[in-house]
Amino acid sequence: MSTAPTPPKKPSVRSLACPNCGGTVQIRGMGRTLSVVCIQCLSVLDATTPGLQILQKFQAKERFRPLIPLGTRGTMRGDPYEAIGFQVREMVVEGIPYQWNEYLLFNPFKGFRYLTEYNGHWNDAITVHTLPAEGTSGGRRVAVLLGETYKHYQSYQATTIFVMGEFPWKVQVGETAQCHDFIHPPRILSLEASGKENVWSVAEYTPGESVWSHFKLPGSPPATEGVFPNQPSPHTGAPVKAWGRFALWFLILLLIQLVWAIAHSSKTVFSQKYSFTQHTGQSENSFVTDVFDVGGRVSNLEVELSTDLSNNWAFFQLALINSQTGHAYDFSRQVSYYSGRDSDGAWSEGRKKDTVVLSSIPAGRYYLRVEPELDTERARVVANSVRYQIKVTRDVTTYGFFFIGCLLLLIPPVIITIRSMAFETQRWSESDYAGSSSDDS
Amino acid sequence: MSKPAGNCSNCGAPVVFQFSCAVQTTCSFCKSILVRHDVNLEKVGEVADLPPDPSPIQIRTEGIYRNKSFVVAGRIVYGYEQGTWNEWHCVTHQGESIWLADAMAQYAVTNLAAKPPALPRIGELYPGKRFDLAGIAYTMTSINHARYLGVEGELPFEYWDKDELVFADLRTEDARFATIDYSEDPPLLFTGESVDFDALRFKNLREFEGW
Repeated sequence: MSTAPTPPKKPSVRSLACPNCGGTVQIRGMGRTLSVVCIQCLSVLDATTPGLQILQKFQAKERFRPLIPLGTRGTMRGDPYEAIGFQVREMVVEGIPYQWNEYLLFNPFKGFRYLTEYNGHWNDAITVHTLPAEGTSGGRRVAVLLGETYKHYQSYQATTIFVMGEFPWKVQVGETAQCHDFIHPPRILSLEASGKENVWSVAEYTPGESVWSHFKLPGSPPATEGVFPNQPSPHTGAPVKAWGRFALWFLILLLIQLVWAIAHSSKTVFSQKYSFTQHTGQSENSFVTDVFDVGGRVSNLEVELSTDLSNNWAFFQLALINSQTGHAYDFSRQVSYYSGRDSDGAWSEGRKKDTVVLSSIPAGRYYLRVEPELDTERARVVANSVRYQIKVTRDVTTYGFFFIGCLLLLIPPVIITIRSMAFETQRWSESDYAGSSSDDS
Repeated sequence: MSKPAGNCSNCGAPVVFQFSCAVQTTCSFCKSILVRHDVNLEKVGEVADLPPDPSPIQIRTEGIYRNKSFVVAGRIVYGYEQGTWNEWHCVTHQGESIWLADAMAQYAVTNLAAKPPALPRIGELYPGKRFDLAGIAYTMTSINHARYLGVEGELPFEYWDKDELVFADLRTEDARFATIDYSEDPPLLFTGESVDFDALRFKNLREFEGW
């Protein structure tokens, strides 16, 4: 057989008369055809008997029309195939019937293959000669074929509800098979048990567009609905890639932060201990510190308040004042620390220490104006006092940009992972395992 | 390759054995089945008209299996529930007999086991049965009740006039294939593998009108 573009050969057809209605019955599958359906009266006929003995007279309530007209030739995997048979099969889940279409394709040298279609999703199927190994993995049924592990998706009974064309077996409307589907996208492995024989087939997801181009069908294929069990995920590998990119950028950010930390001098320019006692009715407790030198380029200044508060709070009204220009940076801090023990054990809330970073402070001579304040109500009952230390550090390393950067970097991989998981959830939503989350792909 | 010639004991037509391993052939003129006894040919039966054949293989088709070229010398035709199937007797360039099965356009190459291990009896068969043959774990996939429909060409053993036959097909998880033919006692065991049509690189295939 040549694959060169030769003019299409005319299909060879044997024509016979239907013993039921007298209409013309065509046979394209040569000696391989065992049963054929009369296109006019839909009787199923025995193709092995000279007079086409009737196997089944009645037919389905409804006439179905194949999307690939029987007799159409197309190219599958480089070989010409002719659509010779069409059947509609049905499964019933919780009282709801689901129907799908199966096209039988024939090549006298290569034999048979099938195209199946459900909701616009197509699969190209062949029977397998290698016996899949059945087992369990992670508590779920699997089948291993040629080193690939297929996960059990669902088991169901398939009933043939409509037949057209010809078949290499004695087809009957109403015949049933017990089916078990296992998936390894883009492939699906199916076991059909008819009682006499167990037949395994493997199918590969095929976009409708390629079926249309293989068979040169007019128009466009029907749009797909939902996600098919073995439909390849558009997100395959994307989460891994996204997390890989995240890891790379995180390392770059970490490196920048390290350089940033090294570049900062973190020099203590002022440190002093104080104590304060709150008197009732006393409103003005402010004082100023000694003047200290703040050197270097314009940079940040960290003010740290370390207190000995215990089950108490303190409020500090602060101002950093440039002694030369008089420019003041006002800020205030509340420090509180509470702890205790209850039925759940020890607990604590707040911190005894507080730090604040003032950014863009030019070099110069500065002092702090400090106004501490404690609870006056409490001061009425007990002596309310606090001892604290003020420490001023020039040019400290800050982590704000680093954390914001990390959070921003997290957005794409998190979104991609959620999308990918949503697709997998949808994939499994029609399976025997719907609702149970167990996926790793 | 020896070609002992003789005459058909039925019609006198010249009969040539192309293959030294063959002991039986069919007279191409009168369809008598002839068995070779030293230099004499004995007519043991006649071939009825064979059913229309869907196989793309024919006598003299050539192919290559595992780097050995072979040519099709003869065949046995069976009828069963799913139509007809052919067991093509092929002879390699080294003179060995191998068998090429074509059932439903699915192909398998097998060899007749010279000393078969103990085989299960017919009554013990069911699809799904697992058992070991020479250390290989096989699963029985189907049991076919077949009818002998005829022979054609040269065969490596005497085989004619059979009735109802029982065959058991066995497969493995690594594409091995075996058939037990219960028409003989002890049964014949053929072991081999499923093969792709393309892998056999056939030449001189039948032509199908329109294909």
